[in-house]
Amino acid sequence: MSINATLIGQMITFALLVWFTMKYVWPPLFQSLEERKKKIAEGLAAAEKGQEEIELAEKRAKKVLREAKEQSADIVNLAQKRAGEIVEESKDAAKKEGERLALAARAQIDQELQQVKENLRREVSALALTAAEQILSAEIDKTKHQEILSKVSNKLG
Amino acid sequence: MAAEVHAAEGATGYIVHHLTSLSAGEGFWTLHLDTLFFSALLGGLFIWFFKQAAEKATADVPGLVQNFAEMMVEFVDTQVKDSFHGRSALIAPLALTIFCWVFLFNFMDLFPVDILPGIGALMGIEYLRVVPSTDLNATFAMSISVFCLIIFYSVKIKGPWGFAKELMFQPFGPWLLPFNLLLKLVEELAKPISLALRLFGNLYAGELIFILIALLPWYLQPVLSFPWAIFHLLIITLQAFIFMVLTIVYLSMAHEDH
Repeated sequence: MSINATLIGQMITFALLVWFTMKYVWPPLFQSLEERKKKIAEGLAAAEKGQEEIELAEKRAKKVLREAKEQSADIVNLAQKRAGEIVEESKDAAKKEGERLALAARAQIDQELQQVKENLRREVSALALTAAEQILSAEIDKTKHQEILSKVSNKLG
Repeated sequence: MAAEVHAAEGATGYIVHHLTSLSAGEGFWTLHLDTLFFSALLGGLFIWFFKQAAEKATADVPGLVQNFAEMMVEFVDTQVKDSFHGRSALIAPLALTIFCWVFLFNFMDLFPVDILPGIGALMGIEYLRVVPSTDLNATFAMSISVFCLIIFYSVKIKGPWGFAKELMFQPFGPWLLPFNLLLKLVEELAKPISLALRLFGNLYAGELIFILIALLPWYLQPVLSFPWAIFHLLIITLQAFIFMVLTIVYLSMAHEDH
């Protein structure tokens, strides 16, 4: 119970312990704590920055998407317009072509009609001539009426 | 009658035996070998553990040991920052050392009272007091060291004349100089004495109660010693904490210039 030299021994031990803690224990532990604190703060800041960048990128992506949509709509409109034009053009062309074909056909028909008419006329005249000949051959001297016959024949022919 | 007296003597003898230190030397130069041994051992344990943690300390993911050590460092650092506003490389490590060392001292109290003395007896050691904080020498060694630091920092921060002025002229001004001086001296001296006696008293009483419980019949012992041990767990932590916080407060007072 009494105070004695143990006190001095204990004080020496205490001083050594404190010295050792001060020199070798506290600084590295405290430093590692501080470093970790800094690291965590940096990590949080980086995460926040990343978040912001993501938002920015999203905005940019949306903008690009919208522009692309507009552009594609334009292109589609243009194409539709152009398709309409082409259809119109081809309609016109077809119409013209049809008309031309019809015209040509009509011309051909006319021509053929003409020819048929000609043929018919020739045949009719021949027939008439033959008929007239047969009628006349009985009464008309061919030699006497040669002049008239050729005149008529010429007229018919 | 005779048997009762003998039993009482036996009980007294048991208690006295438990409270007697293993000593060497005479008079003032007596050394309490058990106190010196156990406090050095516990100090070594503390240093070994924290040194190990400090060597492996990284700013990356900490291991279990480092985690615990950092928790202690953070805890002590918070306490220091709460009451001490200057910058000092000494105070925080000092506080950590005090807290851990005193806690380990006190923790020895939770070993069953007969185990270590019993082992000692087998090895031929007659007396063994295992709790260093039940030895006034151990508690006063710390509080006197702290007192020396208080004086040192008071003189260093305020200057010898500033400190002397504080002792003489406060709190009642120069006209009550002797009274001031007396008051201040008492105030300063009360610091180490109260620090040491508070710790000593708490632990001595706790130890005594454990010894008294050990004297009871075996079937009563667990019923009493278990709750007391749980309660004591609180006390030993609290006492270590109080010693540390008061040290910080005293030293920060020494740093404050009026």
